[in-house]
Amino acid sequence: MHPADNPLVSHPHKKAGRLKVFLLRARKAAEPLTESAMALLPIVLVIAFFQLIVLRQPIPRLGEMLWGALLVLLGLALFVRGLQMALFPIGEEMAYNFVRKGNLWWLLIFAFTLGFGTTVAEPALIAISQEAARIAASGQVIENTEVAQDSYAIGLRLTVALAVGFALVIGVFRILKGWPVQYLIIGGYFGVVIMTFFAPPEIIGIAYDSGGVTTSTVTVPLVAALGIGLAHTIRGRDPMIDGFGLIAFASLTPMIFVMAYGMFY
Amino acid sequence: MDGLISFAYTLLTMLRDVLPIAGILFGFQILVLRRPIKNPGRVGLGMVFVLLGLTLFLEGLEMALFPLGRLMAEQLTAPEFIYDSAGGVMTAVHWLDYLWVYAFAAAIGFATTVAEPALLAVAIKANQVSGGTITVRGLRYAVALGVAVGVALGVFRIVTGTPLHWFIISGYVVVIIQTAFAPKLIIPLAYDSGGVTTSTVTVPLVAALGLGLAETIPGRSPILDGFGLIAFASLFPIMAVMTYAQLGEWKSRRERRRNREYSNVE
Repeated sequence: MHPADNPLVSHPHKKAGRLKVFLLRARKAAEPLTESAMALLPIVLVIAFFQLIVLRQPIPRLGEMLWGALLVLLGLALFVRGLQMALFPIGEEMAYNFVRKGNLWWLLIFAFTLGFGTTVAEPALIAISQEAARIAASGQVIENTEVAQDSYAIGLRLTVALAVGFALVIGVFRILKGWPVQYLIIGGYFGVVIMTFFAPPEIIGIAYDSGGVTTSTVTVPLVAALGIGLAHTIRGRDPMIDGFGLIAFASLTPMIFVMAYGMFY
Repeated sequence: MDGLISFAYTLLTMLRDVLPIAGILFGFQILVLRRPIKNPGRVGLGMVFVLLGLTLFLEGLEMALFPLGRLMAEQLTAPEFIYDSAGGVMTAVHWLDYLWVYAFAAAIGFATTVAEPALLAVAIKANQVSGGTITVRGLRYAVALGVAVGVALGVFRIVTGTPLHWFIISGYVVVIIQTAFAPKLIIPLAYDSGGVTTSTVTVPLVAALGLGLAETIPGRSPILDGFGLIAFASLFPIMAVMTYAQLGEWKSRRERRRNREYSNVE
């Protein structure tokens, strides 16, 4: 931009500039909110279209919906601010400190603990493993008692958490070694396909879905920052090529582990 | 008053999710790395923002969108709606009767993915790391398109009753072929975007759609057919992101060639 066109620099000979400056400042301050509004707009449009035009029904409790939408807007803007203040810097700083410490074992133990610890209490996983236990009981895989179902569900949760811990260990080790991600992932796909032919059919849907539900909203930014931080700190690693990929491992290994659980339980 | 109680409850569940993570982080930082945390005040405030932000986000969704979204998924999959619009009583399920359901699946898959906070986080990071070549919005729309196609195809699978694994295995084959041709820089990010699409916003609505369909279509069981939509939603974004990168590369290659031709003429 040419300095004369910059509305933030005051130009005494331009009188209309003040309003422009104010508008620009206001827009800058509202930027996180307009960004969240853009993220929310498609949902509002989809719901409105299907409710009013396809189903031909009025929108119930409009006031409450608008209030809810306002909360979502504020929440998303706050979350993004918090990401940049806390989760991203922590992940990167810890990656840097681990590399400086130079102890591989502690780094791998940290990766495992982070994967296991964040997954085992994940609400989506708790819900899906209870669902799976119900299905196993109705398919007479396990006894139809509450005790048997509970132990099946807990076993499944631990299996998925182990899988995610294992995934982060492999993923971090790959960053250190600089292995290309695609060979490991494609190898994992072969693992999934082979297991599919041996696992009981009732478990396959749940196993495939379990890959998607493991990575929560707090874990993802942290793990992404950890990977990128490692790739930044280790010489010869590219953050784009080596830094990403941890989340991909975390959504692949649970499929294999859950099918194995279905086979051996 | 009710709102306050439910807000406090959501805040407590969020706290229960975040506390173990914070414990692991600070435990390792203090006991293993033995270093003080840089800017503890700023980091602490950021953690509070994350916690409050996610609580408000979920609370708002629960008030504004989830009940209506679930209700719509039920209404659109209900036999009365489908058979009425098909004009008659159906004896067998025909996949063409479900056109509105596919449209809804694609639209809701796209819309919820664009609003997914985890995807936003990865997009912000990818934008920083790529030096701006990957835009936050471009990546999110590419991923959301992938989810839209994936969920619509997943719904089609439930309607026709085809086994899930044939779709997923064919998807893997496509991903492997694309990996061989896609620009090397995008591959890890593309694989990652499969995992981040499905969390807070997408899963509740998409799962309701799948289970609703499997319950109402004769011959489908919620057990065998209700699951699997999330698997579709995490496979197709991988293809979408690689396609997005490939298109970008082709475009810039064509422009470069055109520029070269111009300079030859001169």
